[in-house]
Amino acid sequence: MKSKKLGKRYKDGEIIIKQGESGNSLYVIQEGMVDVIHETEEGDIKLAELGASDFFGEMGLFEEDVRSCTVRAAGDVTILTIDKRNFFKSIRRDPSLAYRLLEKMSNRLREANEMIQTS
Amino acid sequence: MSVLAPQDLELTDGSRIGVVGGGPAGSFFSYYALEYARRFGLEVELDIFEAKDFTRIGAAGCNHCGGIISETLVQDLATDGLVIPSDIIQRTISTYTLHTEQGSRVIRTPSDEHRIASVFRGSGPRGCLDTSLNGFDNYMLELCEKNGARVIREKVTALERSEDGITVGYAKSAARKYDLVVGAVGLSNKTLDLFKTICPAYSLPEKTRAYISEFMMKPANIEKSLGSSMHVFLLDLPQITFGALIPKYNYVTLVLLGRDIDKDVVQNFVQSAQVRSCFPADYPIDRIAPCQCYPYINIKQGKHAYANRVVLVGDSGSSKLYKNGIGAALITAKAAASTAIFEGISEKHFEKYYAPVCRDLDRDNGVGKLIFRITRIIQKSSIIKRGLLHQVGKEQSISGSALRLSAVLWDTFTGSSGYRNILKRFLHPGLLLGLIGSTTRSNVPPFNRNSHEKQKARQAL
Repeated sequence: MKSKKLGKRYKDGEIIIKQGESGNSLYVIQEGMVDVIHETEEGDIKLAELGASDFFGEMGLFEEDVRSCTVRAAGDVTILTIDKRNFFKSIRRDPSLAYRLLEKMSNRLREANEMIQTS
Repeated sequence: MSVLAPQDLELTDGSRIGVVGGGPAGSFFSYYALEYARRFGLEVELDIFEAKDFTRIGAAGCNHCGGIISETLVQDLATDGLVIPSDIIQRTISTYTLHTEQGSRVIRTPSDEHRIASVFRGSGPRGCLDTSLNGFDNYMLELCEKNGARVIREKVTALERSEDGITVGYAKSAARKYDLVVGAVGLSNKTLDLFKTICPAYSLPEKTRAYISEFMMKPANIEKSLGSSMHVFLLDLPQITFGALIPKYNYVTLVLLGRDIDKDVVQNFVQSAQVRSCFPADYPIDRIAPCQCYPYINIKQGKHAYANRVVLVGDSGSSKLYKNGIGAALITAKAAASTAIFEGISEKHFEKYYAPVCRDLDRDNGVGKLIFRITRIIQKSSIIKRGLLHQVGKEQSISGSALRLSAVLWDTFTGSSGYRNILKRFLHPGLLLGLIGSTTRSNVPPFNRNSHEKQKARQAL
């Protein structure tokens, strides 16, 4: 039921963030799955599938750069946006909030290194 | 038997933590203590004592609260990977509707996203026939169990300090000794007095009575009458600081905060035209609701809520004045959990790392009291209320407007921001000038010909 889900609903195939566009929010998946896609001239490369409680868009919190990937709904999905200002205010009060972010970013860095080594 | 040396008072592998109370404060403490211990590579045993069965319908399974999970809390929990499942959520709130005797205005969420959740704390109000409802407290307690906590379904009857720990006695089983005991017992005098015996410097919080009742309604009627909007009332009624109607799936929760709310105060409120207009015309709102309570709320925090091996969190320690009690439970529980796991469990450790968090809440509540005094002046003044409605209406109708007053009201009603931040933004010259202009335009003829009241009077003709 629509009014019982937190966040914003996206339909299958809908773009949540677009590679090359600017943005500074973090997104947390409430329900459903998304595909993380790197768009190249040769075609789209699917980098990862993310599910409930996973987050994306974290680079936008720390850099003024554009989005490095496109994130697309894989089926119906509900996404909660975490405001940059709210995020940093919360971290100032409770630094442990950054731990999960660091843990995930570290995992993603390791995965990226492994991909480079195998390619 | 304790594995701690008396001089160091730090948790080590095999240490035992006893958490008295399994409401949000106790569950948040347990969840984060176990999570931090995992990160730190520390193996601790954690027991939660909770006599109440949150899967029961009515008062037996309820912790008596309006059941709002604020915008900030939803975001903080999500950042920590705690996504509130939709079966816990009764309804998501997307707007607030401000009601006064002079008219109403809808204040939309700044983000165009549903980020506030209304929940039941227990498994539904008294008289509820749906046995499948899952409340927030039960969800959190189950989460703690999944993460390794043991839930002991017994009432704690004694707390006794000894050289190497604190013994927790309970009715049916043999007493157990713990290295750290955490009090998350809300405002229950009887259990707080037990804590006073092991925490002598602790002074109990001051409290007053609020009022909560549940009105059963068809979901379609709720959608039509209230929608996904929380309705807040700034009415000139004695003893009421804040009144709100919170829509849930097939219930509407009435919350009244103020000083010594009693039956007459409640009747005064529900009989008002503004409250009645939120219900279908034939709804028997003045009939006594089958599920109602007068729970205590914290109006002045306890002092020195810690000692060697003891810390009190949530309402028992510090809370937020009138708003976002679950959010304050998270703040104090996390601060106590990080102190216990990463620093130590002595009085000095809690003084250095936990007390500043409580003092910060206390300072914010001091400003909150001032804000509610200002609110009381506004409640009594029809002139200011007209100005307020005019200014909010203007901000909400102009796309790209600064939304200064709307955002201040939004944060005051939702508890999304601290009171100091709210006051700072309220004192912005742009907001004050806008409000003065709107107050003039909505009260002085001929500028006020388009005011809500004048339009209503013309429609009546």
